[in-house]
Amino acid sequence: MFDALTDKLQGVFSGLRGRGKLTEADIDKAMRAIRLSLLEADVSLPVVKQLTGAIKARATGDEVMSSITPDQQVVKIVNEELTRLMGGANVSLAMAPTAPTVILMAGLQGSGKTTHTAKVARLLAAEGRSPLLVGCVVPRPAALVQLAVLGDLIGVPVHREDGATDPVALAKAGIAAAKRAGRDVVLVDTAGRLTIDAEMMGELVAIRDAVRPTSVILVVDAMTGQTAVDVAVAFHDAVQFDGVILSKLDGDARGGAALSVRAVTGKPILFVGTGEKVDALEAFHPDRMASRILGMGDVLSLIEKAQQNVAVADARRIEEKLRGGSLTLDDFLVQLRQVRKMGPIGDLMGMIPGFGKAAKMKDVQVDERRIDRIEAIISSMTLSERARPDIINGSRRRRIADGSGTTVQEVNQLLAQFKQMQKLMRRMGKGGLPSMLGA
Amino acid sequence: MTPVPPDGDLGAFAGLFGLEPVGSPAEPEPRARGLFRRLRDAVTASQAQAISPHLAGIYQARLVSDETWDDLEEALILADCGIPATVDIVGVLRDEAAAGRITSGESLGRALTDEVSRRLAPVPARIPLGDAPTVLRVVGVNGSGKTTTSGKLAHRLTALGQTVLIGAGDTVRAAAVEQLAVWADRAGVDIVRQAQGADPGAVAFDAVAAGRARGADVVIIDTAGRLQTQHNLMEELRKVHGVVGKAMAGAPHHVLLVIDSTTGQNGLSQARLFSEAVPVTGLVLTKFDGVARGGIVLAIERELGIPVTMIGVGETIADLQPFDAPAFAEAIFAPGAGGDA
Repeated sequence: MFDALTDKLQGVFSGLRGRGKLTEADIDKAMRAIRLSLLEADVSLPVVKQLTGAIKARATGDEVMSSITPDQQVVKIVNEELTRLMGGANVSLAMAPTAPTVILMAGLQGSGKTTHTAKVARLLAAEGRSPLLVGCVVPRPAALVQLAVLGDLIGVPVHREDGATDPVALAKAGIAAAKRAGRDVVLVDTAGRLTIDAEMMGELVAIRDAVRPTSVILVVDAMTGQTAVDVAVAFHDAVQFDGVILSKLDGDARGGAALSVRAVTGKPILFVGTGEKVDALEAFHPDRMASRILGMGDVLSLIEKAQQNVAVADARRIEEKLRGGSLTLDDFLVQLRQVRKMGPIGDLMGMIPGFGKAAKMKDVQVDERRIDRIEAIISSMTLSERARPDIINGSRRRRIADGSGTTVQEVNQLLAQFKQMQKLMRRMGKGGLPSMLGA
Repeated sequence: MTPVPPDGDLGAFAGLFGLEPVGSPAEPEPRARGLFRRLRDAVTASQAQAISPHLAGIYQARLVSDETWDDLEEALILADCGIPATVDIVGVLRDEAAAGRITSGESLGRALTDEVSRRLAPVPARIPLGDAPTVLRVVGVNGSGKTTTSGKLAHRLTALGQTVLIGAGDTVRAAAVEQLAVWADRAGVDIVRQAQGADPGAVAFDAVAAGRARGADVVIIDTAGRLQTQHNLMEELRKVHGVVGKAMAGAPHHVLLVIDSTTGQNGLSQARLFSEAVPVTGLVLTKFDGVARGGIVLAIERELGIPVTMIGVGETIADLQPFDAPAFAEAIFAPGAGGDA
């Protein structure tokens, strides 16, 4: 659905490269492409207008007009302006000078408030703090149970009073309990409503005034459309939140809402939720988000993940073998396991520039279970088989298939693919690889 | 049919499910107006903030100018209609204007609501109940309102004299089963459930088997929320669809995709990828109130032609309504909608 802006601009500027100056009409066309691209990513219309104004002012300057690659110059400007609009740098969650820090969570129903309350608690616990969860979600069926289950899962206690009906009293009691128990952070989950209504805001304001939180955090669904700004403004007018968590960013939502919320309220996005698991919470980086909105991938996050998970020595050894075309199945297995440590392969592919789109296509879909089978097949080979796959004859293939619980066809398929890959690597080693990495 | 107090909303539901009208024959006119008023009330708040200044400007204009078309385009984008649908609609209206059928802002407003309503209701959406039990599966992304929709639906169908059984197929989300059990209790219907983390295929199979054994008219199977890009979870959705088919040939008879009205252009991707996994027969637009615009259904209709069957305009059971395209179009785009704020 979303063609990367880069592609569109390339279309606009194609044929102009190296031919000298761009015309006003070319720039206007490019602005239209940018405008559509941002709107398709659900960036709010007023923000789009503000942005395109800023971009146009720069794009008509010399840095673009005299460039031999104007499309790339424009993308660079858009990227910078987007980053600037989203606040430039990462902002972290504020802690109170004297414990306990009180964090009040707000948001619409279904935005992921309760889940993200638990995610933040888990993160704080991992940083060595001792959080307490308080669920002020009186009207919602079973919402308290959800928080209790999540609290169990992350090993963080939940303050509860069965039969309590007054959320304000409940919040106060929770904080008092935290003080008694020596917990240093209290996370207060509040009731979401389907919509911005006076009752919900009133309740939220009452809780805020009663507990004087260190931070009020608004949870916004990344899939929200043009409405995101109205929601954020309404919450901001009522409770002046301090930061935003953008939830459900693990799908193919471009999260243009993110950009808009920061631009309209001036409040930073602190975290993004990237999955259902309680540890799927990441610090927000405006520059990386800009890349994502533009469909440019997120190489930085990919590199960070790699650095956390891949042993450098192994990587170097494998790289040398790759270049020499002498990669064995054992090396392949090591590499496969390292990559898998970084997370689901589909997610990783989405971070590679140009792959975001490809990863959505059927034939590139990565089925983790197939990779499990590949691991099983290689594990069922002897070391000498892994080093020299050529020796794997018919009876060995049968044994490997039986040992790994797969079929001979699957073993054959893997061996054929591996051979193919070796050939490709040998060719790349002769000059193709450096240019690929440098692109 | 069980004698139920005549209720306009229920009457509309009877029509949606191909059931006989309850009580005295429902008069379509007041019902439509009731829903219209409700929708209108619902959108007033948000209209005042964003779309309505654009629309008010358009509708008040004596003449239709180039600027009008730009404003109209913006109004449609602000309603989350998406660019292709927006371009289509503006194109149709420009042709109308060129043919002399739109001469003023007011006639443009009427033409817009007509066009939107025509697009969303080529034929009225129906969820006919045939086989006993008729199996409905409710699918969608996390937080869209699947469980609530399943619960409300069970309630409405029970009020229409149907014997309903619910399958608590969301075995992933913490406390989802409990939430649905509360709804089942309220509606007074049977629920087939297993512990959190249980196999959703087994729950679905058991629900259909229990529905057949107990002679239920309708079996509603809730599912765990999943983002449409989660390949494995979408495969699971497909697999459980097959499992339900094994429990009863031809089931599930209807697959309802629940979409949050505040969803932006990602909604199109949701509809597309869910349809690829399972045959989605209709949309349920939830949370259409306050800030939501729901224009995404126009984008979905344009590309996939999936009809909207129901719309949720609030939190109470009565706030789940059969979708009424003209009322919806008027609520968002009619001249004067929300303009008084």
